[in-house]
Amino acid sequence: MMVSSLMVTDFSLVWMLIAIPAVMAGLLLSLGKVTNSFGHFLATLAPLASFTLAVMYFLDLWGKPVGERTVDIPLYTWISSGSWQIEAGLLIDPLSILFVLLITGVGSLIHIYSLGYMAHDPHRRRFFAYLNLFIAAMLLLVLANNYLVLFVGWEGVGLASYLLISFWQEKPSAAAAGKKAFIVNRVGDMGLLIAAFTMLAMFSSTSFVDVSAGADMLSPGWATFIGIMLLVGACGKSAQVPLQSWLLDAMEGPTPVSALIHAATMVTAGVYLVVRSGAIFEQSPIAQLAVAIVGTVTLLVGAWIGCSKDDIKKVLAGSTMSQIGYMMLAAGIGPAGYAFAIFHLLTHGFFKANMFLGAGSVMHATNDDVDMRHYGALRQVLPITFVTFAMGYLAIIGFPMFAGFYSKDHIIEAAFHGQPILGVLALIGAGVTAFYMTRLMMMTFFGQSRWRQGVHPHESPAVMWIPLVFLAIGSLIGGMALNSWIGSWLAPIGAEVGEHTSWLPAITPIGLITMAVVGCGVALGWLLFKKDIPDTAPQKVSIFTTIGRNDLFGDVVNDYAVVKPAELLSRAVATTDEKGITPGIEGFGRFVETLGTKLRVIQNGYVRTYGLTMVIGIVFLGLFLLLSRLV
Amino acid sequence: MTSLYAVLAVILFTIGLIGFLIRRNALVVFMCVELMLNACNLLFVAFSSHHGVLDGQMAAFFVMVVAAAEVVIGLSIIVMITRTRRSTSVDAENVLKG
Repeated sequence: MMVSSLMVTDFSLVWMLIAIPAVMAGLLLSLGKVTNSFGHFLATLAPLASFTLAVMYFLDLWGKPVGERTVDIPLYTWISSGSWQIEAGLLIDPLSILFVLLITGVGSLIHIYSLGYMAHDPHRRRFFAYLNLFIAAMLLLVLANNYLVLFVGWEGVGLASYLLISFWQEKPSAAAAGKKAFIVNRVGDMGLLIAAFTMLAMFSSTSFVDVSAGADMLSPGWATFIGIMLLVGACGKSAQVPLQSWLLDAMEGPTPVSALIHAATMVTAGVYLVVRSGAIFEQSPIAQLAVAIVGTVTLLVGAWIGCSKDDIKKVLAGSTMSQIGYMMLAAGIGPAGYAFAIFHLLTHGFFKANMFLGAGSVMHATNDDVDMRHYGALRQVLPITFVTFAMGYLAIIGFPMFAGFYSKDHIIEAAFHGQPILGVLALIGAGVTAFYMTRLMMMTFFGQSRWRQGVHPHESPAVMWIPLVFLAIGSLIGGMALNSWIGSWLAPIGAEVGEHTSWLPAITPIGLITMAVVGCGVALGWLLFKKDIPDTAPQKVSIFTTIGRNDLFGDVVNDYAVVKPAELLSRAVATTDEKGITPGIEGFGRFVETLGTKLRVIQNGYVRTYGLTMVIGIVFLGLFLLLSRLV
Repeated sequence: MTSLYAVLAVILFTIGLIGFLIRRNALVVFMCVELMLNACNLLFVAFSSHHGVLDGQMAAFFVMVVAAAEVVIGLSIIVMITRTRRSTSVDAENVLKG
């Protein structure tokens, strides 16, 4: 290919992708107020620079023969202890480069958007520094060549997510949401760590190459164990049932954060982990099935929650859970699903970021109101937001030729071939998705205006709608652009090439059924929500709505399963300390004090007394020596 | 012969001990301590001669050196106390008590 022959691409510089945003984050955080006036522009340049590099590497890989598209870049020996040799290294291959493009591409757009969205925030510099930190950590996560380096990135994105969810830390709810996300993620991280340690024990290495090579020799029991532990890790990071509860609260963060971290990139890390660990999962049908079931359950739970919320960001958060559920389902199907999982992940990155930023634009116009019952008829005053949001909407419901149409149909079809029951559930999920997204559109952009007093909606500035336009284009053509080559592109990482090699969708019976179900969902949504929307949420609602509004009682379950026992335990510990240990220690102290007071009297100050004591002591000592001689 | 030296040493030691316990004048107490030390020295030397080895004489020299050092420090303390408190009674120095 011409492009690559012209370019001198040096793969030893891949670390620059990570270093640029990392250094920028460090600069902004350490230089302090000096960078207040221009730091956000510098921070926006960092992901753009990484994106440019990533495009160069992508084109270079594109030009290489298929067999040479995996480039391992050793950096240095990280841990050297006895027989352990753990190398820190990076890996560029067809899978990671797609992630790098998504992270830096969508990340750049969201940085630009944030220039407008966060323009008046007093802590703008800190916000941009954290965003850069996130980009760096996420790139490290996807570029790592072994599980331990991946774990460093994994924790890094967790940290950035925590910092950004509780960015408005003066709000108690935001601070609590950040903590919740961090703590729930800890459970998942434990799973990933156990998996990595088990790999170390089994293969003496955690590098992807060694693990893939050694997976064949693994006994089924160990393969299942590692697989389940990886799944626990993926559940935590990707907000899958049963570790889903943090994602809805995470919406407390600024909206660009929700778009970047809690929709487009970080929450998809679990899918990346499962696909990357394909070799392990292929050894264990049980673990694979577990992944598929977790994905299916989550896609239904997320859709259910999405149907019942009035908070626009929470609807989108529910839908994020649901879409990641689809990806997990695809990843659980096995090699036939990997490409579709990644395909859906990429298109989802576009349309979900698009809709989140659109929601941010709506909030920007309505004084940060998130209640959809206070919207209505916004399409006239926010025309650009409306059109771009509509692109995302059509993409997520799977309208023909839009991005989600290709990727989601593939997943449903693959599910039908793999596990027909899961296929049916995924199909139902698609219908529900169409329903709640239509509800969101109707309540936000159509109907009567229900704006609060003093709210004068206005279109966002160009710096905010230009990224929206780019993402809308992605939502529109992303599917068509990727459909013809993504299957064969991902073949080197174990994905099986499907027969979908054209940019045109293949018409299949399942595809037609899916379209019909989606059509029903849209029609139902339109019929139910074209009428006037009550200003406050009705209290007399069906049991389904109540359950959905309470996030399927996920928090209640956590409360009774974890929080309450932990509280009981800590209260028991406190009581033991208070009633048992403290009096004991204090009693001993008092005893020593009393003893001292009594013994003090002996010290009367007369030299003769001391002398006498000494003499008596010596006499006793002498007697003791004499007697011991005699005996 | 040695037994006579031993008896003498015990008598000297007992005199020193009783003096140390009952006398109040700091200087006399001090002299009594010296007397006890020298009683010990006498025993050392006597037994050294009795056994025909030099270990006891060595020990006696050590005791003398230590006694000399002790005298220097002890006397200077007594002199300082006498100057400040106008008394040489050991019972007057009873402020160091619990």
